[in-house]
Amino acid sequence: MVTFQFIPYTDIESLSSAKRINKILNIVKDNKIVILEGRLRKHEEADLIEITMEEINQRFKGIEISVIYPDKDKYAGLKRLKAGFINLLLGDRQGLTIIGPASIVKKIEQNPNHIELFTKETRKRKNR
Amino acid sequence: MVSFFKKFLNKLFRNLFSKKSHVKLGLYGPPNGGKSTLANRICLDWLGEEMSTVSHIAHETREINIKEQVNIKNKKGKELTFSLVDTPGIATKIDYEDFIKKGMKSNQAKKRAKEATKGVIDAIKWLDTMDSVVVVLDATKDPYSQVNITIIGNLQARNIPVLIAANKIDLKRANLERIKSAFPQYEVVGISAKYGKNVESFYENLFKLVK
Repeated sequence: MVTFQFIPYTDIESLSSAKRINKILNIVKDNKIVILEGRLRKHEEADLIEITMEEINQRFKGIEISVIYPDKDKYAGLKRLKAGFINLLLGDRQGLTIIGPASIVKKIEQNPNHIELFTKETRKRKNR
Repeated sequence: MVSFFKKFLNKLFRNLFSKKSHVKLGLYGPPNGGKSTLANRICLDWLGEEMSTVSHIAHETREINIKEQVNIKNKKGKELTFSLVDTPGIATKIDYEDFIKKGMKSNQAKKRAKEATKGVIDAIKWLDTMDSVVVVLDATKDPYSQVNITIIGNLQARNIPVLIAANKIDLKRANLERIKSAFPQYEVVGISAKYGKNVESFYENLFKLVK
């Protein structure tokens, strides 16, 4: 069984970068796949990788992460301004981030507007 | 507005200090993209000696390697001197069992995994010290991986000039166009670091990158 946990943007918007990362990693280390509304800041993504590396041990093998985010470069004029204004008012809650434990998520493929998540097979032997 | 001024000031300072005798050129990317093979190619071509060991097993480079005073020349006789920084591959997961599957003993695999995690941390920490970066991607693999996007996004946020080297174009599965369409805002040059294919074009692009 695979468990997904949704984190709405409102749950992380007032948190510091360190607390955001801690919150996400604690859920992932509990063998759940996080679906985060919006995305982390660029430096937070790098920090997440750094902290993940620090936490790797024989039980926790790391994470798989993927972000779907609208390409703002494709927005023209007023639409771009509107998107920027909404971000300023409500925070960068556009897009979706998926973060899962590497022990469960084999790989996440992004191409580029859809995500395919492959989980690892768990085989159970039946005693006869 | 604040972001605009920040970018302007960064650019101004970068231009002021870009006149120094040599710059720090980093090779970044995911594991097994060919960073060390490219570092060796550059060093062999211009210094006559290799700088890093390479392996088909991921995370062969687990420490930052620096080659000082690499001097290259283009066809017009223009010279460029830089310190070449070969970095460990950036990954989001490292499993020592993967190394065991490649034939390593358990203790050796665990040691390699531990060193590899430290290498990733060091590579990220060193991002801030780079003047220009070549992101080395395996042209046979999916360019939309989050590691690639995070590396390039962080370089962009720091206003560090980026050149993408799509490596392993000698392989049939290589897809240069896919990398170009994934990162349309950057110069992408297809190379085979192993066989030296198209490296002349790569060097020309280095001159544009490190102005």
